[in-house]
Amino acid sequence: MMMNEAAVSLETQVAFKHLNFYYGQFHALKNINLEIYKRHVTAFIGPSGCGKSTLLRVMNRMYDLYPEQRATGELLLDGVDVLDKKIDVNVLRAKVGMVFQKPTPFPMSIYENIAFGVRLHERLSKGEMDDRVEWALRKAALWEETKSKLDQSGMSLSGGQQQRLCIARGIAVKPAILLLDEPTSALDPISTMRIEELIAELKNEFTITIVTHNMQQAARISDYTAYMYMGEMVEFGLTDQVFIKPKRKETEDYITGRFG
Amino acid sequence: MSPPTHAAVAPAPSETAGTQTQPRGSRRVGDLLFFNLTRAFAGLTLLMLAGIIVSLFIGAWPALKQFGIAFLWSGDWNPPKERFGALIPIYGTLATSLVALCVAVPTSFGIALFLTELSPPWLRRPLGTAIELLAAIPSIVYGMWGLLYFAPIFSQYVQPFLAATLGKIPVIGGLFDGPPLGIGILAAGLILAIMIIPFIASVMRDVFTVTPTMLKESAYGLGCTTWEVVWNVVLPYTKAGVIGGIMLGLGRALGETMAVTFLIGNMNVFNGFSLFLPGNSIASALANEFAEAESELYTSSLIELGLILFVITFIVLSLSKLLLLRLSKQEGTKT
Repeated sequence: MMMNEAAVSLETQVAFKHLNFYYGQFHALKNINLEIYKRHVTAFIGPSGCGKSTLLRVMNRMYDLYPEQRATGELLLDGVDVLDKKIDVNVLRAKVGMVFQKPTPFPMSIYENIAFGVRLHERLSKGEMDDRVEWALRKAALWEETKSKLDQSGMSLSGGQQQRLCIARGIAVKPAILLLDEPTSALDPISTMRIEELIAELKNEFTITIVTHNMQQAARISDYTAYMYMGEMVEFGLTDQVFIKPKRKETEDYITGRFG
Repeated sequence: MSPPTHAAVAPAPSETAGTQTQPRGSRRVGDLLFFNLTRAFAGLTLLMLAGIIVSLFIGAWPALKQFGIAFLWSGDWNPPKERFGALIPIYGTLATSLVALCVAVPTSFGIALFLTELSPPWLRRPLGTAIELLAAIPSIVYGMWGLLYFAPIFSQYVQPFLAATLGKIPVIGGLFDGPPLGIGILAAGLILAIMIIPFIASVMRDVFTVTPTMLKESAYGLGCTTWEVVWNVVLPYTKAGVIGGIMLGLGRALGETMAVTFLIGNMNVFNGFSLFLPGNSIASALANEFAEAESELYTSSLIELGLILFVITFIVLSLSKLLLLRLSKQEGTKT
């Protein structure tokens, strides 16, 4: 099934070319070459500290906040090199939505949590903003639960709802790609299931990359899987192939639980 | 290294098990003693508080009886004629503190913002320490410096400039009107501002630092600039701490005595609302006049001023609590 789907449309959204990343002296990503395809889910797996999260944080230049961190090589998003110093990171980050390990609702109402990000990049009338908030909440499967209490604090929601609010906040600015950094690691199984369903839904419109420690999760929700170890891309391929018939011995050891 | 420690630890349980009842008894007595001692300390503070309030009341009683509630809004402070009213010192206290807050809060916010978000890491510690050192300067030094160095420069350059710029704006222009004397409510307020900046700035810096990185990164991740992150996310997230810091500064400003005494002009006549005019504050009136207060009514009026200062501080603290309650209500219910 996935093979056919992949064969139909494979446009490249992001291309890593000889990408290296350093935390000060520490070489965290070593010569990464990788393509992430449009409207597919790409999962990154590997033991802690292997560089999966770092890889996500390169895509929205989050590392710019920290002077000792730097990247070399090329990272093309829709053909444009985002590592270029001349790129406006605020505009870049509107195209690249990010969701973190823990829900991080802003200290404001549910409505404002979503409208806040939109307002940074677009001028909308009150009516258009209402529509956008509803659209984002519906996409994040949160509308039914929150439509009667949009003026309540985002912090009043449950953990799973907060995380969906963060996803809604991310997609409200209509990014090209979503970066999910272990989005379910702080959630209970039911909330996790809802987020996974949501990801399956969202990939019709957005390119999704997800870092996860949960191998079953990667197998369930992703189309492509990348296995990383010690800052290197060990194996990348269709999820079915990586999980059922890994090409590399290291990948097999990790997936079967003999290591890591 | 580890095997010997294991050996030393191992016999310990059997030792305590053998003589279990004895040490436990004495430990319980110790615990009881400790509990009562801490309770006594806590009770002592409450007793002191009550004692101060009661003695202020008793001391102020003659003045309370003589002038009644009108003491609060009478601007007449005339010791030879034994007529006393608190309006001018109350106004001076509030006006200097307000000026101080208006200057210190934005400045401290800027300092804290720079120290937490913008400053290169090597500059953070020295700069933070330097600002904290401002708090270590005794207030009498601030007063002397203010009177001898700050006030002359202030009257020569700053006041004429303010009168020519802000003084020309309708409504608020009246605040910057009159002869540039140097000393006065504005000068006292500015020195107070310098004195409370270290308090407010270091509290703000501390609470900004504890804002979760992930929360800030979420906002940056949406495309926020540093200003947007701090203004829309960090500040609302830390508002309780920020308001606490401001109140700490305000409390200091309301009660500050020496520096204000040097700079406020100690004038007990109300000539208008201009901030250039000299005035008087409660604390500096007390410091200046207690020694020369001979009659019972004079002394008791000064004690009543002290009582009023106490009440003002109490009201300010209560208002800040109310403000916090309102803010958290606005943000919605939390679980």
